[in-house]
Parts: sequence; structure tokens; C-alpha cells
Amino acid sequence: MLSIWLNVVVQGVLTGLLYGLMALGLSAIFGVVRLVNFAHGEFAVVAMYAAFVLFRAWGVDPLWSMLPIAAVFFVVGFALQRTLINAFVGRPDYQQFILLVGVAIVLVNGLLIVFGPDAQPANLPYAFDSYLVGPLIIDKVRVYAAVAALAVCAALFGFFRFTRTGTAIRACADNLVGAAVVGLDVRRLYAVTFGIGLACVGAAGALMVTIADPVPGLGPAYTLLAFTIVIIGGLGSMAGALVAGLLIGVSEAVAGFLIAPSMKSMFSFALLIAVLVLRPQGLLGKKPA
Amino acid sequence: MISLWRDMNRRGQVVLVVAVLAMLLAPVVATRYLLSVLTLILYFVYVGQAWNLMMGYAGQLSLGHALYVGLGGYVAAGLWVHFGIGPWLGVIPAVAIAAAFGAFIGWLAFRFGIEGVYFSLLTIAFAEFTRIGFDHIGPLGGAGGLFIPYQESRLGEWWNLRGGQLFFYYLAFVLAGAAVLLTAWLARSRLGHQWMAIREDETAARALGIDVFRAKMKAVLISSAMTAVGGVFYAFYYNNLFPAQVFEMSRSIELILGPIVGGLGTVFGPVIGAFVLTPLGELLIAVTDKAGLNAPGAKAIFFGLVLMIIIYLVPGGVWPWLSRRLGLVRRRS
Amino acid sequence: MTALLQVSGVGKRFRGLVAVDRVSFTVAAGEIFAVIGPNGAGKTTLFNMIAGVLKPNQGSIAFRGERIDGLTPDAVCRRGVARTFQIVRPFPALTVEDNVVIGALLHRTDMEAARRHARDVLATLDLHDKRDIVASSLTLPDRKRLELARALATDPKLLLLDEVMAGLRPTETDRMVDILRRINREMGTTILLIEHVMRAVMALAGHMLVLHHGAPIAQGKPEEVVRDAKVISSYLGAEAAP
Ligand SMILES: Nc1ncnc2c1ncn2[C@@H]1O[C@H](COP(=O)(O)OP(=O)(O)O)[C@@H](O)[C@H]1O
Ligand SMILES: [Mg+2]
Repeated sequence: MLSIWLNVVVQGVLTGLLYGLMALGLSAIFGVVRLVNFAHGEFAVVAMYAAFVLFRAWGVDPLWSMLPIAAVFFVVGFALQRTLINAFVGRPDYQQFILLVGVAIVLVNGLLIVFGPDAQPANLPYAFDSYLVGPLIIDKVRVYAAVAALAVCAALFGFFRFTRTGTAIRACADNLVGAAVVGLDVRRLYAVTFGIGLACVGAAGALMVTIADPVPGLGPAYTLLAFTIVIIGGLGSMAGALVAGLLIGVSEAVAGFLIAPSMKSMFSFALLIAVLVLRPQGLLGKKPA
Repeated sequence: MISLWRDMNRRGQVVLVVAVLAMLLAPVVATRYLLSVLTLILYFVYVGQAWNLMMGYAGQLSLGHALYVGLGGYVAAGLWVHFGIGPWLGVIPAVAIAAAFGAFIGWLAFRFGIEGVYFSLLTIAFAEFTRIGFDHIGPLGGAGGLFIPYQESRLGEWWNLRGGQLFFYYLAFVLAGAAVLLTAWLARSRLGHQWMAIREDETAARALGIDVFRAKMKAVLISSAMTAVGGVFYAFYYNNLFPAQVFEMSRSIELILGPIVGGLGTVFGPVIGAFVLTPLGELLIAVTDKAGLNAPGAKAIFFGLVLMIIIYLVPGGVWPWLSRRLGLVRRRS
Repeated sequence: MTALLQVSGVGKRFRGLVAVDRVSFTVAAGEIFAVIGPNGAGKTTLFNMIAGVLKPNQGSIAFRGERIDGLTPDAVCRRGVARTFQIVRPFPALTVEDNVVIGALLHRTDMEAARRHARDVLATLDLHDKRDIVASSLTLPDRKRLELARALATDPKLLLLDEVMAGLRPTETDRMVDILRRINREMGTTILLIEHVMRAVMALAGHMLVLHHGAPIAQGKPEEVVRDAKVISSYLGAEAAP
């Protein structure tokens, strides 16, 4: 009995790391650019299809293709922020929101036209391999994907802590006026941040292919998931995003096991509502002054 | 309502009268298909107007209004299918339950200071939560859907909303007309001004003695109740309800497109929006069908692009610009 | 004269910083009372406590004999205390008239009556010609007067004015002084104002209070207060020297 539970929890943790990586991208964009990237999940699904195509056409393993995909997504994010989104800085929130809803609709339905509405399994060669650790049976793909996600997260934390651009971006997030006063090029930093946010989601999406089949309809669900995680973790807290990702991963796995897989996201929404009401700053977020 | 009329100049009044007459007489010349498109337009005018009250006037961005459509539809349809209670009676519990959901969401949000983006996410979360819940409510058909049986014998029972296309067309016309008049009246009322004050600046509104919590609660209550009536219409017009369709976020988005494109916080914005978008969508389906493309995707992409372009170029919507260009409103002097 | 507003030993701390330190004063019905002090002295914080935006950490505030500290801002306003904001906050997308109508609707349910009242107030404040302009396109002096008009439209017994003359040119300032005097005399509205422009304070106020680092350092008639040595050194400096 205990071993079943352990299996469920471990699987939740491994999935949660991917969720966490995806949410990390949103957290950076939300926290720094103050932009509600309502197309976040849709970008993740685009990345899934990219990895899927690369694998089907040339047999590139998603664990490797995530690197070029992340790079391309960075460029796309940078360009998007520089052109379209920049025009919306300083406009009311809801206008940005609607702009990105528009982007999301275009992305999902573009995928729908190109790939059709049905799930397409990638069939990785090691999809059904697993490690046996004592009583645990752990899927190999999940371990690979989780390790890769951890590596990307670590790189990101390193970037924000140890590089000049990274610290400058954090300065922007903390105090926008101050950052502009000391001569930081806020617009460029915004573009870099949006690029990084999309690179995260690109990497996460590519890795997601290893554990889920790409379907266009996943887009809105992933967007909501990412927001749920970011809000639960606490706006602006990168560690919070990771922790909440794990929490959601585990809670979904447990709820799926206990109740019904189809009801697992009800659990996340309930959690989201509870956090919004009881602790709006999120689990690890700072209380607003 | 009188002031709505008075604020228009002669040309505006003529345009309005002609438009209303044309809509009333449309069934004389319109084909069945055209009539169904017009019915759909009027439905979107109605629900768009309900949403417009809450977002356009009170400034609360709900992205989960499909929740109220679905609740209204499911309650009325369930009462009809299981207990034979007709929709004219069923609309009362339908509205009550949707309004109770609205009140709960509003209370949570406005008491605990959930604002802006967070409020929008809260509304989405509730709609999604309910959607998944309805997938598991057996008596209401679960994920497999709830069907209102088609009975030849009851076709004339207009009092049970068992009518043909013509009946539903005029019903939609009445609903849309009533929604426009209600909006026009509210927009000039004390409550409407309190809403606009809150939309513009909540702190300043409070400093002028406005009980912000109460005014916002009234906005969700009125909006959710109105939307639920639209849901009852939807259920009996289409005769089927699937949780994945009625509660889905894309439904909430579809419902808010008209007011945004037409002009938030204006009386005629949702009307213009629906009259522009719905026919364009139909046209696009026709064209892409001819070209053998995947029509639903193409239509949605088009709407996505329209949304982006409108919010980029004319964030205030088409109506304020149009009415000025055509000179339909009087400059108050 | 009877006390309209009684502030007794009110204090407010922000995380260790004492913004307002046990301030007491009384505003009599019908008078103009001024609060002055350098930037950061705690004037706005004091206003926010009277207006219900902030809850005092100590002391009490009574308006017409009833405690109002701890009430919400809208409840305070409904009792007859209206305020303006130091950084003006008009309803930007609404017309000047609608801005004022919203104030007028506080004690009126009939729209026509509210509109008539709003127009009267606009006429008093020389904004009548601009009533159909949206507030966002007004100039700063006009915005300041709109802010005042909106508050005045709620028929307050007490007006709290937070630096309504800051940023105005001398002619504009004189105009505002004139308007305030008229409001006070003709409508009988009691005014509590925060002001930096000494000339305006001297011209208007019957009594004044000087705050410094949150604490009251002088109180009384303006001509007495400006001669006070503490006030001269801490605030007025060379400006007030003869
Ligand atoms: N909400 C707040 N949180 C923290 N400190 C505040 C807050 N409001 C004001 N202060 C501080 O309290 C002091 C008094 O401010 P304020 O009342 O605005 O002064 P004044 O209006 O006299 O210029 C200042 O040091 C200011 O920084
Ligand atoms: Mg101040």
C-alpha cells in the first residue's frame, strides 16, 4: 500500500518539476514586465509540437531539441516584446490581457489547422523503460525530463544571481523607477526577460512531449496551470514557482489516484481559489507593503 | 431611455428607427439560414450587454461568464427534462442559482481584495471548476451531455419555448432590445455613475462616499442573472448542453468579443460588435468551407487577429469612433 | 463656537517610523483651519486618518461629537467630511460634469437634481464652460478645481483640502483663495486645509497648526504662529523673516 503511494508521489514530483519550469517562465514575465502572458500555455504547446516534429522527422530526442527550441523561443519572445507588446506598456491591464488572449487564440487554432485536433503520440524509444528502486517503479522518461528541467532551472537561478543582466532585471522588478534612474535600459531588459520567459516555456514544452502527447486543446489548460502555480507560489518568487509546481504535480497525481484522473485539475483550481482568498501573496511571496 | 433618444441627433434617431424596423420585418424576406444568423447575433448582443455592464461600466473583468450561461441553461433544461417544469418557471431558479454563484464569487473577490488580473483568474477558475464538476453530474448527463428531446407534438408550445426559428428570432430580439434599454437606463442611473466611478478610480470613488463593495456586488448580481437568462435561451434553442462546450473558456471569450470590438462601456458597442463579428465569422466559415480548409480553426484565428488589431488600434472599440464619424450623437452643449 | 472636528492625541506609526505623533486640535464650525509643515511632516497621514483611509494607532477623532476614527472612507464621507487628494485623482474618462455628478449623487437619488446641483457647483468654481470635456484633458489648475468641485458636490460640513494650491501659478493661487473664501462664507462650509503657500494660509486661515516630524510644534492664530521661534527655525526659515 505504502509503495503505491510512494509511486504516486514520486511521479507527481517528477511531473511537478516540468510544471515548475513552465511556471518559472511565467513568473519572470509576470514579476518583471508586469505583463499577464495569457498565451503562456499555448506557447508551451507550440514547443511540444516543435519537439514532436523534430523527433518524428529527424529523430532528434526532445532532451536535445529543447536547446534549439528554447533558443528560438528566446528570439521570438525578445522580438514580440520589442514590437507588439511594448506598445501596450502603460495601457490598462485588461488591454494587454486581451492582446495576449488574441495571441493565444491564434496559436491554438494555428496548431489545430496544421496538426488536427487529436493527440499524436511521439513514441520515444525509451518511453516504456523504467527504473526499479526498491519498491518504486519510476519511468525513465520522467526522470530524464525532470533532471533536464532541474538543470534549466539551475541555469536560470545562476543567471539571475550571478550575471550583470540578471541582477539588472531583478533590480527592475524591485524598483522600476529606481532602475531607470540609475540608467538601466528598461526596455531592453524587458525584452530579455520576455525572451527568457519564453525560453523557459519552450524548454518545458519540449520536455513535456516525453510525458504527454501534444494536443492543441492543452494550451488554455497549461496557461491556467501556469498561473495557478505562479499565484500559489507567490508572485515574483522563483523558488515559490518551483515549490508550487511540485505541490501541484503531487496534488494532481494524488487526486487523480484517489478520486478520478478527470477530476484532478478541480483540485488545483480549488487550491488556487483558496490561495487567492487566504494568502494572496502566495506561499513564498512577500507581503505587499 | 428617453435620454438615450434625446442624446441622439436627428440622423441617429432615423438610423435607429430604420434599424429596428428592419429587424422586425427581416423574417418576411430572410431565409431560414439568415434568420438563424440574425438570431445568433441577437443572442450575442444580449449576453455581451450583460457582460458589458460588469466590465464596461463597473470595470470588473470577468473571463468566466460562460459559467452563468451554463448554469442557467443546465438548471432550466434539467427541470424541464426531469420534472416537466417549463422554462418560463424554470428561469427563476436558473437565474437564482447563477446569481448565487455570482454573489459568492463577488463576495470572495471584493471582500478579500482580489482585484485586476487576480479577479479575472478567479472567475476563470470557478468556470473551469464547475465545468469539470458538471462532467461528473450523472443526472445532468455528465460529459456525455444533456439533451432536450425533440417532440413533434410539442412544437407549437411557445410557452415552453418549443418553437421554430421564427419564434426564437423574435424572442432573441426582445431579449436583446430589453438588454439595450436596461443598459441605457442603468448607464444614466445613480448606480451606473457609481460603477463608472469605481471603474475609473476606486479610491476616489470611496472618498466620494460610494459603498464600493455594494455597488460591485450589484454589478455581478445583475450581470450573472442576465447572463443566466441567456443560458436558458441557449439551452432551449440548441436543445443540447455539453459541459466541455458551454463552460469552456473559449465560450467566455466568444461572449466578450462583441463588446470589446464594439466599445466597452457604451450602450451600442455590444450591438455593433455582434453585428460585425457574427456575420464575419459566418462568412469566413463559408469561404473556408469552399476552400476545403479546417473551418473552425480558421474562424477562431480570424477572431484572434481581430481582437489583437482592435485592441492595438482602437482600444476604445468601433462604436465611439463610428458614431462620431457618422455624426449619430448630439454633442451635449 | 462649537467644535465640529475634535482630534485628540492621534498618532500613527509606519513600521517604527512615527509619522504622526499625538496630535490634538479642534476645528470650530464655520472656520478655516490650516495645517502646515515641511514635506514628510505627516500632514497627509493626518488627513488620511480623519478621512478613514488609515486607522490611528492611538487617540480618537470625533466629528460632530461622534467618533469617526476607524470608519471606512465612504462612511466618513457620508457623515459630511469630504476630501481632496494631494495628487489629484479625477475620473479620467468621464466628463467634468459627470465627475461632479458622482459627488452630487451622494445625498441625491434623482439624476436631474444631481445634475442641477453639479452645474451650480461648476459655476461656483468657474468650470461651467468645461463641463463637457473629459477630465483627462484638463490642465493642472482645472484638475485641482475639479477635485474641489467633486468634493464640494457631496454637500460636506467639513472639507479636507490637501495642498490644493501646490503647483499653481500666483494668479491661479489668488483665484483659488477667492473660491475657498466664497465657499466658506456663502455655503458655510468648514475647511481644514494643508497648505505650503504661506500667503494663502495667512489670507485664509483663522487658526493653524504646525507639524514637524509628526509632532505639533505650534498652534494658534496665524499671525502669532509665524512669530514663533520654533516655527521660524524649523520650517519658515528665511521665507518668513521680515
Ligand atoms: N503608507 C505609508 N507607508 C509607510 N510610510 C508612510 C506611508 N505614508 C506616509 N509615510 C511616511 O510618513 C511620513 C509622513 O508622510 P506624509 O503624511 O505624506 O507627509 P506630508 O503630507 O506632511 O508631506 C513620511 O516620512 C512618509 O514617508
Ligand atoms: Mg502630503
